[in-house]
Amino acid sequence: MSIIKTDNLTYVYSVGTPFEKTAIDNINLEIEEGELVGIIGHTGSGKSTLIQHFNGLLKPTSGKIFIDGKDIWESKASIRQARFTVGLVFQYPEHQIFEETVYKDIAFGPKNMGLSSDEIDQRVRETAFAVGISEDLLQKSPFELSGGQKRRVAIAGVMAMEPKILILDEPTAGLDPKGREKILNLIKAHHRRTGCTVIIVSHSMEDIARYANKILVMNKSKLFCYGDTAEVFKRADEISKMGLTVPQITRVINELKNRGINIEDEVYTVKYAKDVLLKYLSEKGGRAHD
Amino acid sequence: MIKDITLGQYFPGSSIIHRLDPRFKIIMTTIFIAMLFISNNLWGLLIGGVFALFTFVLSKIPFKLMLKSLKPLIPILIFTSIFNLLFIDGGDVYIEWEFIKITEDGVNMTVYMAIRIIFLIIGSSLLTYTTSPIALTDAIEYLLSPFKKLKMPVHEFAMMMTIALRFIPTLIEETDKIMSAQKARGADFESGKIMERIKALIPILVPLFISAFRRADDLALAMTCRCYRGGEGRTRLKQLKSGLKDYIAIVITLVFLLAIIVINILIQDL
Ligand SMILES: Nc1ncnc2c1ncn2[C@@H]1O[C@H](COP(=O)(O)OP(=O)(O)OP(=O)(O)O)[C@@H](O)[C@H]1O
Ligand SMILES: [Mg+2]
Repeated sequence: MSIIKTDNLTYVYSVGTPFEKTAIDNINLEIEEGELVGIIGHTGSGKSTLIQHFNGLLKPTSGKIFIDGKDIWESKASIRQARFTVGLVFQYPEHQIFEETVYKDIAFGPKNMGLSSDEIDQRVRETAFAVGISEDLLQKSPFELSGGQKRRVAIAGVMAMEPKILILDEPTAGLDPKGREKILNLIKAHHRRTGCTVIIVSHSMEDIARYANKILVMNKSKLFCYGDTAEVFKRADEISKMGLTVPQITRVINELKNRGINIEDEVYTVKYAKDVLLKYLSEKGGRAHD
Repeated sequence: MIKDITLGQYFPGSSIIHRLDPRFKIIMTTIFIAMLFISNNLWGLLIGGVFALFTFVLSKIPFKLMLKSLKPLIPILIFTSIFNLLFIDGGDVYIEWEFIKITEDGVNMTVYMAIRIIFLIIGSSLLTYTTSPIALTDAIEYLLSPFKKLKMPVHEFAMMMTIALRFIPTLIEETDKIMSAQKARGADFESGKIMERIKALIPILVPLFISAFRRADDLALAMTCRCYRGGEGRTRLKQLKSGLKDYIAIVITLVFLLAIIVINILIQDL
């Protein structure tokens, strides 16, 4: 059974005003448990709107959402249930921090779940460790931390709720390459450790290609496609036409292939490209200079 | 939802009323309000009503929207009506029972007051529905500019208003976002006792204030970087322009005002 399922999901902002805007249009989607899904699409294509439906923050204008097979809009209790099953980390999550100490801020979510204080304590320490916030920072004010640290605290705040589905809206926005790497790695580690379903919204094809095993492409409020990385990048032409770029390395490899070099064409990461090229060179018997 | 609050309730459009010079619109609204309060008989109010209806039809504002802006008025109307009915004494007595005494003057006053309040809101809503907040503050700055001579900080005042208006939607959006983020962490704003609900606001207010201060800081810096140094010698990107249609509009308004004054005098003479 799929963990997230949407049924003709449509959402219109500001219905009945001149600002009316269909943000997502008739989305049918099934996401399996344990996947690491990357959502990509133009700015304004409806990514953020879509994910806010998964935990019942937005009520669909029409259509249905099933989490774990249950219609989340069935009752008030089912919405609250969805909030705890689906952890949503917003864009710039550090802007939601409010407590006096890092510890208290991470504990906010678990506390709302009504957990015992022992359980909360354990979860806070575990997740803080997982996101690389050292023990001595826990009693500090979160406002004294660096931007990247704040972001990690905010992510920990949601992770500590141990949701079955973790959704992050552009978790790397506004960070330098090193900070991005760090965040993506810790998300991946969390995915591996807990086996939960993770959905990452991103603008960077490179990041998505490297970390996700499924890609969902949104285009102008519509679901363009959803599938394995390889499947999706096979449609590289159409994706480029939409104005999104496939990873640079994929373009390089495709171009090499067009020029008659016989190598595998499903290459999305630099690391894999290196392997493929080295293999090609050694097979050719060429002298691969360092 | 929080977005339903209509502050700076501009309703974009391109009707003739939308296109009028905001300075003239403010003056016309003031004249309209004067019409309502000088007319001391139903005929005068009727003329005011015709004027309001005329402008309303020209503005192409949906009827539903206008009703929405009148809705918050209901409690005020009821309240003033009860007061007027009970406490104004004079003329024939219609009902007298224990301490309740309803008289002719009371009824008249009630009806007049209700009509005046309703028209007042319709008139001022028409102004805010058809004029963008920025145009409105520009016009206010212009109209108040004589007070600059008296060393009143008119420009600074207008700038503050402009900035405040500009940031209302931003702050509402921000509040919405923060609320969503805290709800996603399981915060509950909709249930619990009063004290719990007030406490539940902390996770919203703290981030909101922080972001408001950050924005204010950024804005101040950005303005300084662009060499903003007050109103002296400052020109505008969007000049306020008045044309023939504005003069025609104001003449029409004055004709209505005159009609009301004439009717007042005639009825008094009767
Ligand atoms: N609160 C809102 N009110 C009205 N319209 C909105 C609101 N939020 C988003 N929209 C509109 O809905 C559309 C989809 O917005 P959404 O935020 O889902 O896009 P996105 O794909 O997340 O974009 P980005 O990559 O910039 O974050 C946009 O055209 C946007 O203008
Ligand atoms: Mg977004």
